[in-house]
Amino acid sequence: MRTAFIETLCDVAQQDERVWLLCGDLGYSVLERFAERFPERFINMGVAEQNMMGVAAGLARGGKIVFTYSIANFPVMRCLEQIRNDIGYHAANVKIVAVGGGMAYGTAGYTHHGVEDLAVMRVMPNMTVIAPGDPVETRLATRAVAAHNGPCYLRLGKGGEPVVHTTPPEFAIGRALILRAGADVALLSTGAILPMALAASDILADTGVGAAVVSVPTLRPLDRAAIIRAAVPARLVVTVEEHLTWGGLGSAVAEVLSEESVGVRLLRLGLTAAPDTVGAQAYLRRQSGLDATGIAEAVRAALA
Amino acid sequence: MVHHANASHIGTCLSMADLLAVLYGATLRVRPDQPDWPERDRFILSKGHGAAILYAALAERGFFPTEWLARYCDDGAPLAGHVTHHGVPGVEHSTGSLGHGLPVGCGMALAAKADGADHRIVVLLSDGELDEGSNWEAILFAPHHRLDNLIAIVDYNKIQSFGSVARVLPLEPLAAKWRAFGWAVREIDGHDHTQIAAALREAPSEAGRPTVIIAHTIKGKGVSFMEGELAWHYRSPNDEQLAAALAEVERPL
Repeated sequence: MRTAFIETLCDVAQQDERVWLLCGDLGYSVLERFAERFPERFINMGVAEQNMMGVAAGLARGGKIVFTYSIANFPVMRCLEQIRNDIGYHAANVKIVAVGGGMAYGTAGYTHHGVEDLAVMRVMPNMTVIAPGDPVETRLATRAVAAHNGPCYLRLGKGGEPVVHTTPPEFAIGRALILRAGADVALLSTGAILPMALAASDILADTGVGAAVVSVPTLRPLDRAAIIRAAVPARLVVTVEEHLTWGGLGSAVAEVLSEESVGVRLLRLGLTAAPDTVGAQAYLRRQSGLDATGIAEAVRAALA
Repeated sequence: MVHHANASHIGTCLSMADLLAVLYGATLRVRPDQPDWPERDRFILSKGHGAAILYAALAERGFFPTEWLARYCDDGAPLAGHVTHHGVPGVEHSTGSLGHGLPVGCGMALAAKADGADHRIVVLLSDGELDEGSNWEAILFAPHHRLDNLIAIVDYNKIQSFGSVARVLPLEPLAAKWRAFGWAVREIDGHDHTQIAAALREAPSEAGRPTVIIAHTIKGKGVSFMEGELAWHYRSPNDEQLAAALAEVERPL
């Protein structure tokens, strides 16, 4: 996803000289290609996220389209008030990019896990929140946020995520993407956990359970109509996210289903606490029931 | 305004009244009839609790009717108790939480440099505000990027929110700190209009270096019973105190 992001950003920057990239002293082996091509529009801000966000706001007020880049919580939590006041409240044209969303930096430990970011960013003023499901969605999302005039949060995985979309989807900010139909269950997924939702759907199909899969890259504004369409015929709606089960996709879907009186059971899959063990992303997902088998088992248990 | 709204922060307003008088009376290149004029100088009042005096200066300069001032903090009125851009012509950036203005000013200065624009960015900070680490991130940043179109002014009235600066978290040696970070430093009497105007006019004094003007001021300046008194960070004058204060402030020199 990092590569998909930076390649697309270079293309966008080539076409639009208003595009700048600021990083918080992170991005080794990723950002060099932008820095080398557009040195006058790239700044390593140092390990200073508050200043990075303030400077981004100031640059944006000067007519620039400013991307800020760091990992996991660093461009979110440390500088949250700058995001709220200087960027959000002023509707500044800043795109906050976090790589390593979820537990992508698995063994690095909880300080490097971004598992509350969606909840936090979803309530920031004027903020568009996007967590692409694969490198294809990442490319499309990067173009979309650059073209959108206003603050955006782009939550990416790290590197090596599998490609899910074999043909380019009809991506737009605020649009959910139906990947697979299924009569019994609607699996709604946000972010890089998407392949696990698809694999869980495969497992469920083998046991005669039809599970639709919907990728929900945009958490705000949420595609309420698509969620309702997926939920109404289902016996069970399941949200899948590498994030706490509250504040992110699970909460957002719960709000829609209750407000629209969709009388269907909701199962929210995600994290409920910081992991109490050490391990790589795949291991931590498995421990949290967020691998394909864990998701399928949770769905079967809920249907039983 | 503060009396009308039963608001706080009259002391902080008076300590920087002279600074704002010179900025909006003489220094800043602005067009009140065209608040978003691209070539305007940008002014950020980072100590957003001093909103009343900024609004007064903007109204006097003609950005909006002075009648607005009488409705400061009223229900449904445009002017909030901390600096708010929303619906207020001439306000460059909303502030109120401390430590935000200087980083934003750095970004504006960078954008101006990148565009070859010659406007300047002025950020007015409080002394207590310098406790915030975000400022020191920006203080590191600006000289490295040679932002000599950036001027920071410190309203150094020596009293912060809950005590004297010297007792809460001393800043001294303040000028040496800024100098060590790479800034051109001026120290002035922040109530002397000639000194204020000269310091602003002469910035940048060194090419490639941002300028800080450390303005030594007196909290509550001009009203004898408010000068240097922490209580007037919070208190709002009653009718009697207002009359006494106005009599002192409006006394011919």
